[in-house]
Amino acid sequence: MAENNNIGFWQKLINIDRRWIYLAIGIIVFVPILIPLGLPVYVTSEVEAVFNRVDSLPPGSIVMLPMEYDPATMAELQPMAYAILRHCFSKNLKVITTALQIDGVTIIRNDLAKIAAEYNKKIGEDYVFLGYKPYPGIVILNMGEDFRKPFPRDYYGTPLDSLPMMKGVRNYSNCAMIIDINATSGVDYWINYAHTRYQADLAIGVTAVMATDYYAFLSSKQIFGLIGGLKGAAEYEKLINHPDFAAKAMDVQSIAHSAIVIFIIIGNVAYFASRGKKRE
Amino acid sequence: MRREIPLLIVFVFGIFMMFQYFVPHRVSSDIYQELNNWTIIIGIFTMVIGIGSLLSVHYSRIRFKEDGWWYSIVTIVAMVGMALVGLIGGVNNDLFLNLYRFGLAPVTSTMFALLAFFIASAAYRAFRARTVLSTLLLLAAVVVMLGRVPVGEFLTNGLPEPLRLSKISEFLLYVPNTAAKRAIYIGVGLGVAAVSLKIILGIERTWLGGDGGK
Repeated sequence: MAENNNIGFWQKLINIDRRWIYLAIGIIVFVPILIPLGLPVYVTSEVEAVFNRVDSLPPGSIVMLPMEYDPATMAELQPMAYAILRHCFSKNLKVITTALQIDGVTIIRNDLAKIAAEYNKKIGEDYVFLGYKPYPGIVILNMGEDFRKPFPRDYYGTPLDSLPMMKGVRNYSNCAMIIDINATSGVDYWINYAHTRYQADLAIGVTAVMATDYYAFLSSKQIFGLIGGLKGAAEYEKLINHPDFAAKAMDVQSIAHSAIVIFIIIGNVAYFASRGKKRE
Repeated sequence: MRREIPLLIVFVFGIFMMFQYFVPHRVSSDIYQELNNWTIIIGIFTMVIGIGSLLSVHYSRIRFKEDGWWYSIVTIVAMVGMALVGLIGGVNNDLFLNLYRFGLAPVTSTMFALLAFFIASAAYRAFRARTVLSTLLLLAAVVVMLGRVPVGEFLTNGLPEPLRLSKISEFLLYVPNTAAKRAIYIGVGLGVAAVSLKIILGIERTWLGGDGGK
């Protein structure tokens, strides 16, 4: 009888209603929002490489910062974009941005304007927003020849030739580097076309699930740096000494990951216990 | 002729684009740019086909009152409404921006945020150490999950550096992960090159239609 009860307990644990798991995760992620843990952020070499490269640029250098994310991936990539923009503007670097993902154009326009305002940077003089054009692969190839081919005007309708910052700036060869913040497979176009075809120095910032796909390009030196997900953004925030959303969210992510690991352990204990009891 | 002309176009432009890559001459570059512009224009026509197909599928669902047919009404109203607001008022008008800000943005963010809950539930149910391989996968997942967030470093901070979760996860990402991905990429690359050549040379013709354009 007791044995049957034991099997019943483990079996019940295995077949627990998934809504309990949802509830547990919901509660768990709220705790660190209310009570910050302040866990230390460890900086990885791939993020430090991006920081060092940007930090070593002389004022006035141009960084191309394509920002391709949408509301779905904004939580991970927006903090990354903020941190890099803050770094660039604080060093008086100039920024060229595109938004080659249609769902994100409005967000990116606002993000760019928000951080530029923090540093009193002017559109057309300190930064340029080229906006959106369909077919990112083709647009990236065309920008390799001349920014004016796919974008004769910027997002606001101003001809590129009348923007002071764009005088003498023709293509990627006039940019010190490209840091592509991308939540889509479009990042492959930047590697294949901007780097391989036009030899642009390229680093990428991608979501955490995408990051594993790009370590191969890091070791082959096709990209010089890789910022992966919210953790990468938190590392960059730490490096520029400007902790913001990503640094705060690290507590939440730590607790959520730990909870998932605990769930995996409980699930396995229940599985083996019920199997062992059945054999007996 | 229905087959020969498309095959000829693909052959000529395919060969041109292959050789153009190695010709750094101005003329070659200008033609290449022009062809890229054509690609964008032709690609935009596919959007018309996509919209037509979406409307036709949802219209037929509504017409035959299939399961969840009211969702189709929402889809059509949202698509047509958003397009009309954008076309009439421009993409910077307040209504269009508010529809985006308070409609599309929260919906897509919510969908993505739900992933955390599904992953937790799926990990609880499916991640079982049943075999040696699944145990290895499970251990690697646990190490990377903890090693990529501050808690991993916090828990193993007292250990020698190579034994810290952050370092082990770094090793997993840089060595076994890179090796596997590189093998996949090389395979995919060779496959793409082979299929492209077959298409350019007219050996692979399924793109002409279900029966190869016969």
